[in-house]
Amino acid sequence: MTAVARTIRVRNAVAFQVKDCPVLGEREFHDEVVSTVRNGAWIAALYGEGQPDGSVKLFAVLADDAAHELAITSTVVRDKYPSLTAELPQAQAFERDIAEVWRIRPVGHPWLKPLRFQAARTDAPDILTPVERKIGQSPFFSMLGEEIHEVAVGPVHAGVIEPGHFRFQCHGETVHHLEISLGYQHRGVTKALVGGPNKRTQHYIETLAGDTSVGHALAYAQASEGLSRGEVPGRAVRIRQIALELERLACHTGDLGALSGDVGFQPTDAFCGRLRGDVLNLTALICGNRFGRGLLRPGGTRHDLDEARIRKVLDVLDAYAKDVRQAVDLLQSTASVLARFESVGVISKELATEIGLVGPAARASGLTRDVRADFPTGAHLVRPYVPVTATTGDVAARAKVRALEIEKSLDLVRRELQAPWRDGLTWLEPGGLRPHEMIVSLTEAWRGAVCHVARTEATGHFACYQVVDPSVHNWFGLACALREQAISDFPLCNKSFNLSYCGHDL
Amino acid sequence: MTVAAPILHVLTALVASPLLLGVIRRVKAWMSGRKGAPLLQSYYDIVRLLNKGAVYSRTTTWVFRAGPMVGLAAVLVALTLVPLGGVPALMRFQGDLVLFAALLGLLRFFYVLAALDTGSAFEGMGASREIQFSALAEPALLLGLAAMARTTHELSLSPMYDEISFDLVIAPSGAVMLVAVAFLIVFLTENSRLPIDDPNTHLELTMIHEVMVLDHSGPDLAFVEYTSALKLWVLGALLVGIAVPVRTDLWYLDLLAGVAGMFALAVVTGILESTMARLRLSRVPQFLVAAVVFSGLALVLVLR
Repeated sequence: MTAVARTIRVRNAVAFQVKDCPVLGEREFHDEVVSTVRNGAWIAALYGEGQPDGSVKLFAVLADDAAHELAITSTVVRDKYPSLTAELPQAQAFERDIAEVWRIRPVGHPWLKPLRFQAARTDAPDILTPVERKIGQSPFFSMLGEEIHEVAVGPVHAGVIEPGHFRFQCHGETVHHLEISLGYQHRGVTKALVGGPNKRTQHYIETLAGDTSVGHALAYAQASEGLSRGEVPGRAVRIRQIALELERLACHTGDLGALSGDVGFQPTDAFCGRLRGDVLNLTALICGNRFGRGLLRPGGTRHDLDEARIRKVLDVLDAYAKDVRQAVDLLQSTASVLARFESVGVISKELATEIGLVGPAARASGLTRDVRADFPTGAHLVRPYVPVTATTGDVAARAKVRALEIEKSLDLVRRELQAPWRDGLTWLEPGGLRPHEMIVSLTEAWRGAVCHVARTEATGHFACYQVVDPSVHNWFGLACALREQAISDFPLCNKSFNLSYCGHDL
Repeated sequence: MTVAAPILHVLTALVASPLLLGVIRRVKAWMSGRKGAPLLQSYYDIVRLLNKGAVYSRTTTWVFRAGPMVGLAAVLVALTLVPLGGVPALMRFQGDLVLFAALLGLLRFFYVLAALDTGSAFEGMGASREIQFSALAEPALLLGLAAMARTTHELSLSPMYDEISFDLVIAPSGAVMLVAVAFLIVFLTENSRLPIDDPNTHLELTMIHEVMVLDHSGPDLAFVEYTSALKLWVLGALLVGIAVPVRTDLWYLDLLAGVAGMFALAVVTGILESTMARLRLSRVPQFLVAAVVFSGLALVLVLR
């Protein structure tokens, strides 16, 4: 007998039978995940699903960029399993999530504490103490020494932003260690999605992370269409692409402005603030909502583009392109700004690979990781996308990647708008979801790879719906970027990642 | 010179100094294509704060409450010592320039104590930054004043500034010009303007002066705001006295030139803040050392 497959390999947003996913032994699972990741894949999702007999099935979704395939494998565990984190630091957040929800100990996890301070979904005895489970009281890594001081920031911040707690171990102005404790925004969305799709599902999806409404809605639509084998009309595919890139344009523009504002450089800050609004208004022109809510649906889009709107969008983008280039050129050619951006918050390519960074942050460190190129769907299937990268991995590189992606997205949107439009529908009623199937749907949202994993039960409803926002991967990157940096550069580093709290906390 | 001139200068400063902040803000808004807050916003803020109650943390003592009061008192006395161009100060005596520098030091000393009194990690950090940077800004100020004293052979601020003329400023030695540059840096540093500090930031980890006064509220905060405005005026007067060397025999023309100079300085500050990024915190000392070097060089040049 030949060796049994240890993983099932599928393409992005292609459904498969749950029974086709191999169930390995604990050790085998561990070795398989470690070796696949060592061979160049990254962990897109790692989560548990409770079984009726009290055990928990762990699924690992590994994204193999080079092969353009997703490798999925699983194992069944009871109260503990050998931790992956010791060998694969990028597993740390996922294992903490599994530990707090399913009360399963990853043996050998170097710093086990809750990820989101969420309620357990099992009656098994808790492996964490009540203090560890308490948000804000869970112990922090601390340094000893007379001149060491701890700085605690948040969860309430000076600006109007989301809540999160940051604990710095400082020696003078130098940060030796930063620990980020989130979970204040936990709403239990993934649990609420179980039993769907229903009337609420779309709304939950679009508010997973408000600034990534289109990215998440697209991931959900792809998952839903894959599970129902639904077709998407050509017009809708193009409108979706336009919406996704407009979201990227708006957010990248806003980020560049905010980076500029953080170093007190007023011109680009003021320019980009206005330009971001212009792009958001284009999304509103298409669908009536500045963040693209209500635009995407499984089966297509709810809004169509007519000739007049296409004209208008193109006109505004022309003006936007001119202004944004000016603002970004000014930012990138001002010596006092470059002095602030360069060699601050450096993440090397090796570190980025090890901690599994995604999105512009990964590309700034020289990784070519981009779902549009590696796991294409929609319009990118016929027109391959070439990712942009930078090499230095510092704040300047993260700004540069955003500036380059603005150009790329402008091209994509313009090309899509200018190509001849064939008449037709933008939405086809999707059928019911097929029972006992699983699907992994990835999209490259502006912040990085959004991963949705869905499994259906016998009636074609979601038995499990797992969401991984790019922030889950990248928060750890921010903590690493701050090592041996000046504490006064933290806001700048933070802005260069610009991560979501609610997308992480779900 | 009539006795009315110094009194009028002090009154103008008391009334018009918050307007300087308004002008800076307006210029910045205008430079970035915004309409901006009303010119009188600082007055509205001060009145609003005076009508509020104050909140005191349980960890604070009388030191915390004394901070804003001592600060305001110190800057008020400093105002009576500072001449505005040809307009002499209300009080003048031999060596008053040392008292002037000492009063600014007293102001800072009490602000720092008040900040440390709160026991907050942020405020401690801000206090440490403030002390580090002022330790470098103070020598620049004192060396600059020493160079000026040597040039004019006067040990009191008022006659010293009265001596300054256009010819002296553009004298080939360049000493007075160097002092003016050093004073500009001191002016920006002491008033927590860009590129040293960013008065508009809400990011507590990057703040210097703003973070020290985070815990003050109500009338205390109004005192702090008013003190900042007066400090802007007092330090600005030192710079304007050199940069606008208008010395006529008519006191009201001198006063007018001085006040116009102050507002021109506010406009220049606004433009400076609109066109450059803030320095990295670890680079600020280098910038301040440059000011010390300018002042020191000026002193060497006039000692020859």
